[in-house]
Amino acid sequence: MDFSLLVIQGLNGLQLGLLLFLVASGLTLVFGILDFVNLAHGSLYMLGAFFCATLTYLFGNFILALIVAVPITGVIGFLVERFVARPLYARDHLDHVLGTFGLILVIDTLTHLIWGPEGLSVPLPDWLRGQITLWGDTVVPTFRLMIIGAGLAAAAGLFWMVNRTRLGMLIRAGASNRTMVSALGIDIELLFGLVFALGAAMAGLAGMLIAPITEATIGMGNGIIITAFVVIIVGGIGSIKGAFIAALLIGLIDTLGRSFLDDIFALFMSPVAAENSAPAISAMLIYIIMALVLAFRPQGLFPPKVR
Amino acid sequence: MKRLMTMAATASLLALPLHAEPVKIGFVTTLTTGAAVIGTDMQNAVNLAMEHLGGKAGDTELEVIFGDDQFAPEAGKQVTDKLVKQDDVDFVAGYIWSHVLLASRKSVLDADKILISANAGPSQMAGKLCDKNFFSTSWQNDQTPMAMGEVLNRQGVKSLYLMAPNYAAGKDMTAGVERTFTGEIVGKDLTKWGADAQLDFSAELAKAKASGADGLFVFYPGAAGGAFVKQYQQAGLKETLPLYSVFTVDAISLPKLQSAGFTDVIGSKVTQEWDPSLDNAANKKFVTDFKAKFGHYPSYYGAQSYDAIMLIASAVEKVGGDMSDKDALRAALKEADFESVRGDFTFGNNNLPVQNFYLREVVEDADGVWTTKVVETVYENHVDSFAAECDMK
Repeated sequence: MDFSLLVIQGLNGLQLGLLLFLVASGLTLVFGILDFVNLAHGSLYMLGAFFCATLTYLFGNFILALIVAVPITGVIGFLVERFVARPLYARDHLDHVLGTFGLILVIDTLTHLIWGPEGLSVPLPDWLRGQITLWGDTVVPTFRLMIIGAGLAAAAGLFWMVNRTRLGMLIRAGASNRTMVSALGIDIELLFGLVFALGAAMAGLAGMLIAPITEATIGMGNGIIITAFVVIIVGGIGSIKGAFIAALLIGLIDTLGRSFLDDIFALFMSPVAAENSAPAISAMLIYIIMALVLAFRPQGLFPPKVR
Repeated sequence: MKRLMTMAATASLLALPLHAEPVKIGFVTTLTTGAAVIGTDMQNAVNLAMEHLGGKAGDTELEVIFGDDQFAPEAGKQVTDKLVKQDDVDFVAGYIWSHVLLASRKSVLDADKILISANAGPSQMAGKLCDKNFFSTSWQNDQTPMAMGEVLNRQGVKSLYLMAPNYAAGKDMTAGVERTFTGEIVGKDLTKWGADAQLDFSAELAKAKASGADGLFVFYPGAAGGAFVKQYQQAGLKETLPLYSVFTVDAISLPKLQSAGFTDVIGSKVTQEWDPSLDNAANKKFVTDFKAKFGHYPSYYGAQSYDAIMLIASAVEKVGGDMSDKDALRAALKEADFESVRGDFTFGNNNLPVQNFYLREVVEDADGVWTTKVVETVYENHVDSFAAECDMK
């Protein structure tokens, strides 16, 4: 296990963690502020990827497509809030789950009808296709560095907005006491719509960043949404800071587990047993973390201060 | 006179053989999730086979009912149960995924129906779990990677890193290459698979590179294949860690790789039992008509599905549509007396094909479309390694 490999795996973990944060931040805001369980959050991630892919072919430029696709996904999120989420606020969580699960099926089928079953690849411009040499033979793909950069920028922007702007102040106030905010004459419905749109845009951005690495496929959001739920439970529901730290933690644990667990297991069991058990254990690792957090600190690592 | 006519009509009705009822074929594949791209290819090939047959095997009508396994063993078993019990089909064919086939096999075999795999070839079902009612128009999982191992030996590759998904076929594939490859295996990663499969291979690629291996062997079918090749190119590994793959670079992933401009894949080598360039009349007709109808090359998934329907049709015609005599039906299937798109083949003792395996190379065809062509024959009339474990003669 040499230093250069450790650094690269650290960067890989950071990249995964930041993508998870982009998805989890919207989920935790919607769950924490609107008290609404949105299983269809992953569908917005998928839609982001498909919009970006289509626009990339239309404009012939990935970056331009990204800039246009983010607000489009936000608008979709706004519409979902208005027509699907809002009628369900007064109902209990099980109805939210049922409603948004239905929405997943609708969006997946619509995607199948519009884009077909085969999924879409996203071509990258030449300057993002190559690799960057950090030192010696330590090389990372340029696009993975761009994901890290974009993820950090989005996270910084979100923190600034929530902590330093009037909208952010209202969001924090809404999270603490919804009734009081509306009693002060704030248009709480518009605020909720904006929060939903913001979450959708962040999830969409994550989908757009992952699409050139994998591709835009139907159901791509259903895998990440489970991990995103793990992140917000570990981080504390409703807390942006918690989501950020938990996302990086989960990203690093997952990546480092996948990379080094078989070597570690091989120290105290036969190589064959290590080879067979390591993939199973590393797939479980993040759920083990979640179970531990739920057992010893059910409110999450960094719960919002006022609830 | 009128009475005579009625009697004649009644008599002719009675004289009609039992097979006036259509023979029903259940076809299980993946029609939802990201893997639906494979299922659609198979469905297209089945529909083309039915069109070529005119919907009939001899005088017997054929009917195909499709079922969606949703890329999950439990859903696959459920839809198989439905086909067997509710639709009362005579054959169940299809199955992309080994774990889905393993979960579904009992439902078909216990009901004494015929099961035909058009893709999955788990080692268990070729060996200890072989069955007189189970046939395959594909291969046993280990065979294609064994051919690749042979190619690696011939090319003088000394050490290899392995990557595959963590499920029945992934384990068979790595076992297959390990069986024939004589060099050293320096590392192996099995990644999460299923509807929420791992598609970001950054950690594994970094490990493979650090291992200093001469080559990288991978098995990533369907959408995962395209994703893998992209990340392989983005990581810039072509020079230091050449790629040797099975079921990864194919007619499913190539169109998308071409549209996104991943030129590193040109010249990449893969092994397979079939290729669109194979020179026989049945294959030419299949490939030409498939391209004319669907606008792209068929994959081996499609070719094997086409063969599955043709095999069924040949047997149904031989027994005159009589599904009651299972022994005659099985004997008719065992003859494999039809024009296979891979050329003629025979069934081994375990009812798996004894067939050739080829080395294929990714090339650009005359129209500028990326496809594969045969470079050489690696194995002739190859028998899978589990046939000996099967107690059928």
